[in-house]
Amino acid sequence: MAQVSITVNGKRRSADVEPRLLLVHFLREHLNLTGAHVGCDTSQCGACTVLLDGRSAKSCTIFAVQADGAEVTTIEGLADGDRLHPLQEGFWEEHGLQCGYCTPGMIMSAVNLLNDNPAPTEQDIRDGLDGNLCRCTGYQHIVNAVQHAAGRTREG
Amino acid sequence: MIPTAFDYARATSLDDAIARLQAAGGAGKLLAGGHSLVPLMKLRLSEPAVLIDIGHIPDLAGIRESDGVVEIGANTRHHDVATSALLRERCPVVADTAAVIGDPQVRNRGTLGGSLAHADPAADYPAAMLAVDADLHLKGPGGWRVVKARDFFQGVFTVDLAADEILAKVTFAASRASAYAKLHQRASRFAIVGVAAALETGGGIIRTARVGLTGAASSPSRLAGVEAALAGQPATAAAAAAAARGAGDGVSELNADIHGSAEYRRAMIPVFTRRALEAALARAGG
Ligand SMILES: Cc1cc2nc3c(=O)[nH]c(=O)nc-3n(C[C@H](O)[C@H](O)[C@H](O)COP(=O)(O)OP(=O)(O)OC[C@H]3O[C@@H](n4cnc5c(N)ncnc54)[C@H](O)[C@@H]3O)c2cc1C
Ligand code: FES
Ligand code: FES
Repeated sequence: MAQVSITVNGKRRSADVEPRLLLVHFLREHLNLTGAHVGCDTSQCGACTVLLDGRSAKSCTIFAVQADGAEVTTIEGLADGDRLHPLQEGFWEEHGLQCGYCTPGMIMSAVNLLNDNPAPTEQDIRDGLDGNLCRCTGYQHIVNAVQHAAGRTREG
Repeated sequence: MIPTAFDYARATSLDDAIARLQAAGGAGKLLAGGHSLVPLMKLRLSEPAVLIDIGHIPDLAGIRESDGVVEIGANTRHHDVATSALLRERCPVVADTAAVIGDPQVRNRGTLGGSLAHADPAADYPAAMLAVDADLHLKGPGGWRVVKARDFFQGVFTVDLAADEILAKVTFAASRASAYAKLHQRASRFAIVGVAAALETGGGIIRTARVGLTGAASSPSRLAGVEAALAGQPATAAAAAAAARGAGDGVSELNADIHGSAEYRRAMIPVFTRRALEAALARAGG
């Protein structure tokens, strides 16, 4: 076993874990944060995307021990109390989801995208979400949702 | 998918990592970004007993230049290479290459050293390292040694790297007139055919050219025929197109899979060679 201490959504969380425990399982099973989903489990679909030290990462492809000492943000950490994050609001307003399985990962990737590029073009958004698959929406409404959020963020 | 159990250790320095590799006696493996190794471990295609995480060794990441020589630390992430102002300005082929690896999450985690050591035949960086004629700096129990990129890649997932050696950094001379062009596999983004070109031009003439190929064959290689055809030619798109014609003819051990037959890859080599050369020429200063 190995001791890990990871700051998740601003709270320090410590646990004894097997080194082979994946970060996504640490979040879901040890912390009950079930927002990050396991879709493909083969590093392709992005459903498990979280922010690791501020940058998007597929938590099914990282061992929890690698994140020891790091900061992780999951979809549960985005809203400010009852106030949705602009991206959550954008997905709501623009019908950016159907079944919702891909949505937490999509949103975390979009957070990474808007942090790097607050005024993305449609192509920038499609490139920024390259690592996330959606089997329902056909992506157009997801792009609209990110555009909505980018507009809101710029308005302040 | 759950990997087999292993012991985990964080290396504090290159020497510490080397000592741990030696202590593990062949059962140890280095872990950098984990974006090739972790998927393999989950499939139990790789079952190391000890994982030695080199991701926290100080000074193993970073990009700098002195006296025209660019140095990139092994732990430098693809995203940092892709967005490096220094590389975009001084040696754009390397930034071009990093920018088209996988997807944003992969680029946020994967490292240059991990990609080169892993030597997937469809990896992107090998073509760029051949085009810039990079020196790979390896450290082992006996100290440092330097291997040229063209000698490092020996075959499918096979490189000139001993089990107790670490790739610490790469160095190369900056090449402004350089570019990468890639036909990517739609799902994974790995290269079906990837071509990196680095040209030295002056007075409207191509003085020397180096062209690296990846994805198409079992291991990356230089396109010597194209390089010879370019030397001394005018620095024009017409010369690039003429040199690229037949670029795939001499390439042996072509890959074939559901993404493309050997014939298809051979046919695409000239197309992406021409595109890389044209993009490199567009960056030439005259
Ligand atoms: C979904 C997906 C898509 C991808 N698409 C592409 C693509 O389009 N193009 C592409 O080129 N790659 C692609 N990759 C691979 C990616 O670039 C990996 O990051 C890279 O191949 C390995 O780098 P790493 O730092 O993650 O290495 P790791 O996975 O940590 O290590 C890989 C191997 O190298 C060894 N190693 C690591 N660092 C060193 C070192 N410094 N010295 C000696 N040995 C070392 C390890 O022991 C291991 O055997 C993709 C990966 C994924 C998951
Ligand atoms: S579950 Fe992690 S990428 Fe699909
Ligand atoms: S909304 Fe169903 S997978 Fe995207």
